[in-house]
Amino acid sequence: MKAQGTVHKYGNNVDTDVIIPARYLNTSSHSELAAHCMEDIDSDFIKNVKAGDIMVAAKNFGCGSSREHAPIAIKASGISCVIASSFARIFYRNAINIGLAILECEEAANDIKTGDEVSVDFDTGVIKNLTTSKTYNAEPFPDFIQNIIQKGGLLNSISERL
Amino acid sequence: MSMTMTQKILAAHAGLVEVKAGQLIEAKLDMVLGNDITSPVAINEFEKSGASMVFDKSRISLVMDHFTPNKDIKAAEQVKRVRAFAGKYDIDNYYDVGDMGIEHALLPEKGLVGPGDCIIGADSHTCTYGALGAFSTGVGSTDMAAGMATGKTWFKVPAAIRVEIVGKKPKFVSGKDVILHLIGEIGVDGALYRSLEFTGDGLKNLSIDDRLCISNMAIEAGAKNGIFPVDEITLEYVKDRFQRESVIYSADEDAEWESTVTIDLSTLRPTVAFPHLPENTKTVDECGVVKIDQVVIGSCTNGRLSDLQAAAEIMKGKKVALAVRCIVIPATQKIYLEAMREGLLEIFIESGAAVSTPTCGPCLGGHMGILAAGERAVATTNRNFVGRMGHVDSEVYLASPEVAAASAITGYITDPAKV
Repeated sequence: MKAQGTVHKYGNNVDTDVIIPARYLNTSSHSELAAHCMEDIDSDFIKNVKAGDIMVAAKNFGCGSSREHAPIAIKASGISCVIASSFARIFYRNAINIGLAILECEEAANDIKTGDEVSVDFDTGVIKNLTTSKTYNAEPFPDFIQNIIQKGGLLNSISERL
Repeated sequence: MSMTMTQKILAAHAGLVEVKAGQLIEAKLDMVLGNDITSPVAINEFEKSGASMVFDKSRISLVMDHFTPNKDIKAAEQVKRVRAFAGKYDIDNYYDVGDMGIEHALLPEKGLVGPGDCIIGADSHTCTYGALGAFSTGVGSTDMAAGMATGKTWFKVPAAIRVEIVGKKPKFVSGKDVILHLIGEIGVDGALYRSLEFTGDGLKNLSIDDRLCISNMAIEAGAKNGIFPVDEITLEYVKDRFQRESVIYSADEDAEWESTVTIDLSTLRPTVAFPHLPENTKTVDECGVVKIDQVVIGSCTNGRLSDLQAAAEIMKGKKVALAVRCIVIPATQKIYLEAMREGLLEIFIESGAAVSTPTCGPCLGGHMGILAAGERAVATTNRNFVGRMGHVDSEVYLASPEVAAASAITGYITDPAKV
C-alpha cells in the first residue's frame, strides 16, 4: 500500500480536543466530524486539505481524550497518513483499529515542512520527501498489528471468533 | 523473573506465568466501560461486526455522564441509542439521569471495580481505578466494542516508572498537587506507553480520594496506567463494596524500573497548571495576579465528597467574588446527597455558587459552564488544552478544590492559606 500527497505540518502535543473539539461530539457522522477537524488550531485546514494529503507532527500526537472521533475526523477529511515523532498510546490504538495509517519517524517529522510533496510505502516503511529528494525509514509495525491492518481493522480481525 | 505490579496483573489475565515489557499479550477483562460519547461509536462497530451477544452482561458498564442531562437533540439521540442497546442486551450496569454519576467516581463507589482487576474503558481517564490496585486503562470505541463481544483485548506489556512517595502532606496540599507536581516534573509525554507505579512510606498519608485523583491524571503524563499497591486504606474502602473477590498483587522489589522519581509530600505547595498543557505547573506562590471569570469544582478528578468538604471549609461564611461564576458539581448522586446532608450545598449556595446535578459538562466544554473569548477559569478538572472549556481564546488553570475555592472568593488565583 502506498500514499502520496501534500503535507500539513503541526507541532508537539497536538491533542484530541483540537483535532475534534468536544462540542462536536454529539454526532458520530464521519463527514460532520471531518468538517470541524483541526479547526481550533488551523481553521484553514479543512478548506485546504485534499484527498490523499499527509499530516506530519512532532511528539505525542493525539494526546488527551480517548475519542475515536479524532482519527475518524482525520481519515474522513481525506488525510491518507499521519507521520509523527511519537503518538499518544490511545490514539495509536484507535488509528490502527479504524484503519488510519500512522508512522513513527522522528527524523522525517523534524525535516518535512508544510507544502512538501511526500510519498509513503507502508510495506517497507520508506518515506520520501519528493520536494527535497530526501528519504527516511520509519519503524515497521509488529506482525500482530500488521495482521489487524491487513484484515481491515480490529473487528474484522476478531470476527472469526464471534 | 521479577515483575512490576502491572506486569503481574497482566500475566495473570493472559494466563501466563510471566510477561516482560514489550511483549504482546491477549488478556481477559473484568470490566468494559463506555459513556454517552464513546458508546454510540462502539455500538456501531459491535453491530457491524455481526456480534450477536455480549461476553458478560454483568461486566459491561454504560454511564451516561458527558452531555447529560441531554444538552441538545443530538446528545439525546446518542443516549437513546445506548439505552436501547443496554435494554436489548440486558446490561446490568447501565446508568442514566437519576442514578448516574461521573463514571470514574461511580464505578469505584458502586464496587464495580476493585483490586486485581483488568479493566478497559472507552474514556481516557479509565486509569483512575489504578488507585484500587487494578490494571485499568483507556481505549477507544472499537476496542470497547471488541471487549464487549469477546471479553478480551490485546496489550503491549508496559515498562514502568516507579514513583516513590515519602513524607506527609502539609495543610491545603492534596492528591491534585501531587499529580500536578509529577506531571510538571516529567512532562505530558514523560510516561508515554509506560506504567506509573506508586510506592513508598508516604502512601499511608494519601487517602483513597487522593489516590483516585492521582491515578486519574496518569494519562496526562501519557501513561498507560497509574497504579497503587493494595494496603489497609484500599481494603477499608473496598470492604462491603467491591462486588467480586479482591486479588492482591505487589511489585517485586527487584522489578525492572525504567526510572525512579521521588516525591516528598512535605515539600509540596498548592500547585496550578497554566494554559495550555497540564505540565505548565507553578506553585501558587509563583502565580502572580491571575484574574478569573469562572471556577469549576467537580469532575472525575475532584468531584468526590472530600473535595467538596475541602472547598466548603474555605467558602463557609464567605461570598464568591462579584465578577466570578462558581459552579460546584458533585460527581455522583450519592455524593450529592451526602453533601446535602452535611450542609455543604447550603454553604456553596449561600456563598453565591451554583450547584449542579452530576455531569462531566464543562470539563470538556460540553455544557453547564462554557467560557467566552478571553475568559479564564480555575478548574479542578484534568485538562487545560486550547478550547477545552469553550472558546478557543479562553483559558483553563488546573488546581485543587482548595485553590479553586479560595480563588472563587478573591477573584484571582489564590493560596488557600490566605483566605
